[in-house]
Amino acid sequence: MIIDIVFFAIVTLTLTTAFMAVWLKNVFYNALSLIVCLFGVACLFIYLNSEFLAIIEVIVYIGAISIAIIFAIMLSQPMLQKNEPRNLQKMFRSLLIAGFLFAGILRTLRATQWPAVSVEGDYSMKAMGKAFLTTSLLPFEAVSLVLLVAIVGALFLSAGKSAK
Amino acid sequence: MTPVLFSQSLQSYLLLSTAMFSIGVFGLLARRNLVAILISLELILNSASINFLAFNKFCMPDKVTGQVFVVFIIALAAAEVCIGLSLVLLLYRKKDSINIEEAKELKG
Repeated sequence: MIIDIVFFAIVTLTLTTAFMAVWLKNVFYNALSLIVCLFGVACLFIYLNSEFLAIIEVIVYIGAISIAIIFAIMLSQPMLQKNEPRNLQKMFRSLLIAGFLFAGILRTLRATQWPAVSVEGDYSMKAMGKAFLTTSLLPFEAVSLVLLVAIVGALFLSAGKSAK
Repeated sequence: MTPVLFSQSLQSYLLLSTAMFSIGVFGLLARRNLVAILISLELILNSASINFLAFNKFCMPDKVTGQVFVVFIIALAAAEVCIGLSLVLLLYRKKDSINIEEAKELKG
């Protein structure tokens, strides 16, 4: 029973901070809400039996991506610019589109019968490492190449005129 | 809705990730700040990760495939944010603003 209450609390926290991460006007508050939301997602990963991915989520998303976003906010100084008033018509249109998307996906989810298998199994890091180096070796190498290209590209872009 | 969320079933995880995805799409459409758009993209990618792990737990016979996919999602999200933030800095340097309405021309 207590585990369900904690689960419900985590879900509520995640959804609330996810909404705050897009709704609040100040971008810095958006980034802080995103950090709390990502922490909630990491807790949910533990509920889904993937402790390794929960740790990776905290290290990569909270430790690297959120900090990089905060760095970019600090460097581009949007705190100093005054927030423009909300465009109510655009808000309404976006809300309508997102609401239709939500309703449509929810309807499909309710109508579908998912195959039910046992939740017991081998979730270990050892099995994951084996899968990375045998069955999904090619995507693994491709992702490492993508990361390398992204780093070089980001360096080239942010170096500005002096690199050209 | 509430009784669904209280149990840790596949449905509740799917409901959660659908809600998060819709919030992300809303942010993508409603915000004009480039950093806020990147934050919305992170929300969308995270909802996909939750979906992968939920299906991995409840619908897959071997419990490794979904986790491998989530590792790929996290790596690609890191690459995407890396490029996106350097574009933010470049745009700020050129236009003195990170409102995407200002970025109208393709020529740099």
